[in-house]
Amino acid sequence: MMPLRRFAIHRPADLREAAEMLDHYGENGSLYAGGTELLLAMRHDLLRYAHLIDIKTVAGLDGIERRDEHLHIGAAATHRTIERSAVVREQLPVMAEMAANVANVRVRATGTLGGNLAFAEPHSDPATLLLALGGNARAQGKSGERTLAMDELLAGAYENSLAQDEILTGVDVPVPGPSQRTAYLKFQVHERPLLGLALSLELDDDGGVIREARCAVGCVSPTPCRSATAESLIAGPADSLEQRIEEAGEALADEAALTDDREGSAEYKRHLIGVLLRRAARKCLNGNG
Amino acid sequence: MELRFELNGRDVAVECEPQQTLSEVLRNRLNLTGAKISCEVQVCGACTVLVDGLPVSSCTYLAYEAQGRTVTTIEGLEDRDRTLHPIQQCFIDEFAFQCGFCTPGMILSVKALLDDNPDPTDDEIIHHMDGNLCRCTGYVSILKAIRKAAAVMKEGRE
Repeated sequence: MMPLRRFAIHRPADLREAAEMLDHYGENGSLYAGGTELLLAMRHDLLRYAHLIDIKTVAGLDGIERRDEHLHIGAAATHRTIERSAVVREQLPVMAEMAANVANVRVRATGTLGGNLAFAEPHSDPATLLLALGGNARAQGKSGERTLAMDELLAGAYENSLAQDEILTGVDVPVPGPSQRTAYLKFQVHERPLLGLALSLELDDDGGVIREARCAVGCVSPTPCRSATAESLIAGPADSLEQRIEEAGEALADEAALTDDREGSAEYKRHLIGVLLRRAARKCLNGNG
Repeated sequence: MELRFELNGRDVAVECEPQQTLSEVLRNRLNLTGAKISCEVQVCGACTVLVDGLPVSSCTYLAYEAQGRTVTTIEGLEDRDRTLHPIQQCFIDEFAFQCGFCTPGMILSVKALLDDNPDPTDDEIIHHMDGNLCRCTGYVSILKAIRKAAAVMKEGRE
């Protein structure tokens, strides 16, 4: 068994101290939230840090609460906490359902939302869903706080756009109104999903017309991506969506710039996008999304 | 650093380094070898132990995290008179293992499930156990053992 290289763990009392630590240790330091991805990469010597800053020690960073029109989920909330949170289950059930299916029960008990997003693993379930839900990341640095859209936060595979002293403190997700339907589906045969797909529909009052659609596909590109073409194709009369969905799936697959790799051929991934988009649309429109 | 935690009902104190995993401390310092090491990437579940009742991958979980917490390993499941825990007994009764390498992790995962959800459906069992891999017995006998353990434990409470 390969031991981890030696490192020190620091326990900041608050975000300011954590930001100072990040600034002080520079490239030798990293935030540590759950370790479910970071420690694996460190064990295999893909990443080396002499200093880990345990962000979980900052009080309140794992909180989940309604803030105006948003649901705020703290960065240190574990997938399990999100899965079981009464407020998430009531106000954003698709998020609880997604969290309940992240990796396995052990990862869900220790892995955190903030760690997942900041690590920017291309197979992240939360990143794909949050992109479709229009969630925003909150980041706190030495000089203040800022808000980043999901596609701003995720800069590339295993790359986020946070500055050296910035800490992801949580995400704000718009609480869906009664006319919004969202579904997240994934296809998985091994430990990580081969494809994740999120679809969010805004319907008119009687549910006959899709006013606006957001769809995102994850796992098959360095970061999850949306397609404006697919989204405008999906919008329109709900009862004829089946006739437009195939073309929308093609547009989403085009946007994802699919490649052949060990997870499957580009052709296979294109097929899966079509299947999952159709299933997600049915799930949304049948009212159980 | 000095690490203090409750291990299988007893308080322990042990010196450890921040980069040491819980499985290293359990296996190499405390001589509890029930937690097995296999994939080392949080996939197989052979190293599963419970921390405050929740299953974690002890191969990747820093021992540092156990400070002040309660850790349960397979060695802590039997009664003081060495009667096996009902889950252990049901795994034997249903032939739910062959080589036994995955079994400690399987049994601890089951314990976490049944402590939280004493009467799970098959779907709930399969969803919960999805991250514990067995490469020889096959999962049907494991599912049978879990169903039986749930029934036996329910009977024990009535």
